[in-house]
Amino acid sequence: MSDRKIRVLIAKPGLDGHDRGAKVIARALRDAGMEIIYTGLRQTPDMIAEAALQEDVDVVGLSILSGAHNALVPAVIYKLHENGLDDVKVFVGGIIPEADIPGLLDKGVYAVYGPGTNTQEVAEDIHQAFNPQNG
Amino acid sequence: MPISPQAIRKGDRLSLAKALTAVENGNPESRSILAALFPFTGNAHLVGVTGAPGTGKSTLVNQLAKTFRQASETPPKIAIIAVDPTSPFTGGALLGDRIRMGDLAGDKGIFIRSMASRGALGGLAHATASFATVLDGAGFDLIFIETVGAGQAEVKIAGLAHTVIVVEAPGLGDEIQAIKAGILEIADILVVNKADRPGAENTARALKAMLEMSLVKNGNIPTAGKHLRLSSSEGAVSEQASHQNWETPVQMVTASEGSGVDAVVNQITSHRDFLKQSGGWQEKENHRLQADLKALIQDLLLHRWEQQIGNGPFTEALEKVINRELTPLDAAESLTNL
Ligand SMILES: Nc1nc2c(ncn2[C@@H]2O[C@H](COP(=O)(O)OP(=O)(O)O)[C@@H](O)[C@H]2O)c(=O)[nH]1
Ligand SMILES: [Mg+2]
Repeated sequence: MSDRKIRVLIAKPGLDGHDRGAKVIARALRDAGMEIIYTGLRQTPDMIAEAALQEDVDVVGLSILSGAHNALVPAVIYKLHENGLDDVKVFVGGIIPEADIPGLLDKGVYAVYGPGTNTQEVAEDIHQAFNPQNG
Repeated sequence: MPISPQAIRKGDRLSLAKALTAVENGNPESRSILAALFPFTGNAHLVGVTGAPGTGKSTLVNQLAKTFRQASETPPKIAIIAVDPTSPFTGGALLGDRIRMGDLAGDKGIFIRSMASRGALGGLAHATASFATVLDGAGFDLIFIETVGAGQAEVKIAGLAHTVIVVEAPGLGDEIQAIKAGILEIADILVVNKADRPGAENTARALKAMLEMSLVKNGNIPTAGKHLRLSSSEGAVSEQASHQNWETPVQMVTASEGSGVDAVVNQITSHRDFLKQSGGWQEKENHRLQADLKALIQDLLLHRWEQQIGNGPFTEALEKVINRELTPLDAAESLTNL
């Protein structure tokens, strides 16, 4: 009767003050049966990595609209590793120029989603990533 | 990698987080973790915080934890279990309590864990108890358990704590809700939050009146000047005080600004001292362990019974009940007479 649920931390690093997109994806993933921990605006990489540790999440989803992704994302990944969270998969969503995507993937991001991404697609990707049959 | 109870005892936060997951999911290794930590438990002060959604429970817990951490040279290590409902339709959950607890980030003396209520309510009670065991065994001195006081079950879970804070706010029609959910009876401290909002005074007055009514009902009429006023500074407690004699304070708070929070911190400390000196602490401890044991026995018996009987006889009996050939009680008796 082991009842394993995928746990996802949705975080907004950096200074931009819009969390509509973050909330939309949070709700969509909840509706896909996941447990979403939402931490609110203006999270530092330290705060995100600490919350990810305490909540023992499988996925960290970062929503970034400020354009600071090239600095913020590697900083979060670095802090996650520092906390021993080597298995956590990092998804990034927001306004990310096409040209920056390979660099982010190279830094260890699992997937990047642009504006207008179908939320169902994100949910499916996460399910795929954790489906034991595929892992 | 196996989870080491020794590492948890030494304060390793990653091991602690993994242990909570194992316990929550009922993984096989959770049993040995709980067994290893159990002897070290019984020291933490469990504080339940319950009330309707939106009354400001998370905001209050944030302030309380912050204040406790700043209050002394050797502040208590604090854990927070924040329970939110699982959607019955999708099985998912949106756990947003951390949004209000941003002040606590960066303090390594605080550990916050969000928890979805998931399936069975009995299961939730047990999972919460197991979380408390792990955190208590990990050396946390003070454990807040935030639950939405929407139904009897959630109220009951908070009620398993040593100290129960019920949070109300003006303008939600809570006075009525409080009675319905039986929430007043379990309150050791009543907080009227959002004191900055109109109507807070009225809510406080209504709650005080209701508290007095319930005291009268229990034949425990408070007489002016004879109330036990307890605080850690006053110290002395009457010899014959049992934990029935606690006078539930009604405290106005503006959690978003922090006013009234010091008073609640003092009330929490007073209530702990009161319980320790009156024998109520042990009584509550016994009650909590008994409830947990009973819930486990129920689960185990049901599980064994299901395995033993298989699906056929149950379906057959159910059909007879549906056709009015058999009463549910007769059916239940014949199904359990193995
Ligand atoms: N006006 C006012 N709003 C408050 C106060 N405390 C909390 N809130 C707000 O009430 C809302 C719900 O608070 P939250 O702590 O999440 O409530 P919970 O659902 O009971 O945990 C948030 O928007 C808070 O900012 C208060 O003392 N005064
Ligand atoms: Mg809350």
